Amino acid sequence: MARLIRMDRTGHSTVAEWRADDPAAVEAAVQAFRRELDRGYLAMVTTGPGQAEQVRELPVGADTVILRRPISGG
Amino acid sequence: MLTAPDERCDAEVVMAAGGGPPGGLRTAVLPETATVYWRPRVDAARLRRIGRLWTLTTVGHVVPFLLAGAVLIWLEPLSAPVALICLAHAWVIPELYASRGANVVRPGRRSDESSERAALGLLGDLVGHAERDLHARTGLVLERGRLGTWLVGEAGALLVRSRGRRVDCWCVHVDDQQLPSADRIAHLLLALRADEQGFATVANLAFSGARGRIRRRLRREMRPALDTAANGDGTSGPTPP
Repeated sequence: MARLIRMDRTGHSTVAEWRADDPAAVEAAVQAFRRELDRGYLAMVTTGPGQAEQVRELPVGADTVILRRPISGG
Repeated sequence: MLTAPDERCDAEVVMAAGGGPPGGLRTAVLPETATVYWRPRVDAARLRRIGRLWTLTTVGHVVPFLLAGAVLIWLEPLSAPVALICLAHAWVIPELYASRGANVVRPGRRSDESSERAALGLLGDLVGHAERDLHARTGLVLERGRLGTWLVGEAGALLVRSRGRRVDCWCVHVDDQQLPSADRIAHLLLALRADEQGFATVANLAFSGARGRIRRRLRREMRPALDTAANGDGTSGPTPP
């Protein structure tokens, strides 16, 4: 089961869960993903040890997608 | 300052293919760099230049006070108290800069226990066993990069480079200070992993100098993390090319 996780003040929250072979769950996850991006979150996927990528569409085949807030200096 | 087009921080978007996550558009450059578009992108050569500038600045602060003290005593030995004040300035000013650098990884406010525990679980999933252990002991997460070895804190990061001799102190934070401390680190860690040079471009450099100067000013429990980063042992992670 893949998960869309948002880092928030509770530690983290699971926003959506889906299986690639469940179109309804995938569609719900895509909608949730877009809502979070509209709220200003950035979506990250770990692609290997010490490597991550930002994604702008839900990668359905990923195990975990993490939503983070923007960072800034200072 | 004008910047060459290839150094600008414009977001480069590439289609996911091959080893990337399937089904998603991915950005190769940290989007936050767009907020500091005027800054040249940080790379190893730029870091070396900045490091030399910091060293020159430190010499510029110290030498005039030392000379003034020496000249005062040479002209009039009775002016020794004033010469001592000059020497104190020569010592204090670099120490204040180093202190500012060490403060970038000072721990911040803690959230409630359940939030901190949940955030710690997620951070633990992102790093290896050795890094988890180091974080539990020191509060810093070690991450090897191409520019050097990073120690990521809640509101800043230390970059240990030049074979452990030099440390750059970066002030950078997530724009939500109500997050649990481990989440604040996870935010920085993910951004760092996505685009190391972009991360350094977004961050503000608070200090660059010898490791010993920073180590003295770090909290005692954080010093082993700096030693580990400088010695390059005890942790897993990607090997720099």
